[in-house]
Amino acid sequence: MNALSLQNLTKTYGNGFEALKGIDLEVEEGDFFALLGANGAGKSTAIGIISSLINKTSGHVSIFGHDIDTENREAKRCLGLVPQEINFNLFETVENILLIYAGYYGIPKKKAKVLAEKSLKQMYLWDKRHTISRRLSGGMKRRVMIARALIHSPRLLILDEPTAGVDIEIRRSMWEMMKEVNEQGTAIILTTHYLEEAESLCRNIAIIHEGMIVENSDMATLLSYINVNHFILDLANPLLKAPDIKGYKFELSSEKVLNVAIPKKNTLNQLFEELSMHNIQIKSLKNKSNRLEQLFMDIVQ
Amino acid sequence: MSTSTTLYTIVYKEVHRFLRIWPQTLLPPAITTSLYFLIFGRLIGDRIGTINGVSYMEYIIPGVILMSVISHSYANVSSSFYSTKFQRHVEELLVAPVPNWVILVGYLSGGILRGLLVGGVVTLISLMFVDKVEIHSLFIILLTACLTATLFALAGFINAMLAESFDHISLIPNFILTPLNYLGGVFYSVSMLPEIWQKISLANPILYMVNSFRYGFIGVSDITVELALARIIGFIIFLISLSLWMLSKGIGIRN
Repeated sequence: MNALSLQNLTKTYGNGFEALKGIDLEVEEGDFFALLGANGAGKSTAIGIISSLINKTSGHVSIFGHDIDTENREAKRCLGLVPQEINFNLFETVENILLIYAGYYGIPKKKAKVLAEKSLKQMYLWDKRHTISRRLSGGMKRRVMIARALIHSPRLLILDEPTAGVDIEIRRSMWEMMKEVNEQGTAIILTTHYLEEAESLCRNIAIIHEGMIVENSDMATLLSYINVNHFILDLANPLLKAPDIKGYKFELSSEKVLNVAIPKKNTLNQLFEELSMHNIQIKSLKNKSNRLEQLFMDIVQ
Repeated sequence: MSTSTTLYTIVYKEVHRFLRIWPQTLLPPAITTSLYFLIFGRLIGDRIGTINGVSYMEYIIPGVILMSVISHSYANVSSSFYSTKFQRHVEELLVAPVPNWVILVGYLSGGILRGLLVGGVVTLISLMFVDKVEIHSLFIILLTACLTATLFALAGFINAMLAESFDHISLIPNFILTPLNYLGGVFYSVSMLPEIWQKISLANPILYMVNSFRYGFIGVSDITVELALARIIGFIIFLISLSLWMLSKGIGIRN
């Protein structure tokens, strides 16, 4: 059974803006799915419709087979949402935010306390449970939203840019948490602007552009589309001009830093041989950009 | 997982909210109404004499109590639900499987309970200004107070749903509710007005509530109590239907 199924989903806002132009999407049970797109591409609108925060114009949405129009409450029970913006009561304590949210799902207070403890410990927030939420740091506030979304054990968790604006240490701990939640059987849909995050975590991917799905496949297949690798070379000696070697594209970004685009069929050994023949010595090299980022730019531009 | 737990959660949250900030919610009406009773009831009222066979102080007490019920049941729901929208945690209610009627009843309960609690506080304060409060029909008093609190809690809820800024929350109380309150016969009998103003006053819903409530205390009303209660119930049914329709369409809360 699919965790999520979107059929010909459209959304036109009151001002006439077509945010979604009929998208179809299926996310399998237990999947870790990346939904990528530039700002304004339609990701948040799609997520808003799936989670009943935005009215759709037409189309169908079902969560674990429950249509959000006809089996709204059953569909909602399967879903957990971590939105982009902070949306909890900033005057409540962390624990109360979770207890009240559990109450909305009809979970009695005694059971909710046990679940809140588990969820807060999982997010390393247990010692902050009595803190008024507005006093938390940005990263902690995001973790509160994840803890809240997990309290009713959803089968599908949507994370809308959960790591935006958090430092690298917290981001990495959140990646571990997401992996752990997914390994426990929860399907995850992740939207992010950190494409290395999507590349390292997600198995399947869809790219949305101007309200349409322009790419939808598994991550490995998508990455295999890349036919050029980009590297940055640190040179041992300064160069005045980028070399001209057939089959490679060079660009000098400073006198000791050379960018190179290498066709995927070529090996690095071939490149080094060619450079040696031109008397260019390499001290070190690194990937110019994330592979998925390159592909993303190719698709949406 | 039950709906009753969900409803209890919202009611508990709402009641806890206004009790936690009692200096803002319960104390001001105690001070304001003490001043009403002192200035209008005692200082000016002693010179007015009697209205409909009772002292001016006894005449205004029911109206002042009900005025407090009206303004606080309205303010509680409008400010609480609008804050929920403003801080975006209304999204918690929309994402979770909470039926619309539970959202409505939950928020109304908070407003009704605050309105009645404030009404109780004002009643206790009135006892400091009269030897004893006359009670003609406790049933009519309680029924009118509950229906009035419900009606204005509903109005506050609709105001909050439609509001897009805090200004919109204060517009209705300042420019509509306060004038209707003061022109609703709290401090005078409509029979004292010229005939044309008596007729115009009949369009003011608060007039029916104040008179029905006053009837419960002193057994005297400018209009028929049954008619007053029927009109209040009619307004309530209309506003409940409107609120549920707005919730189902997501007006003001869903894009």
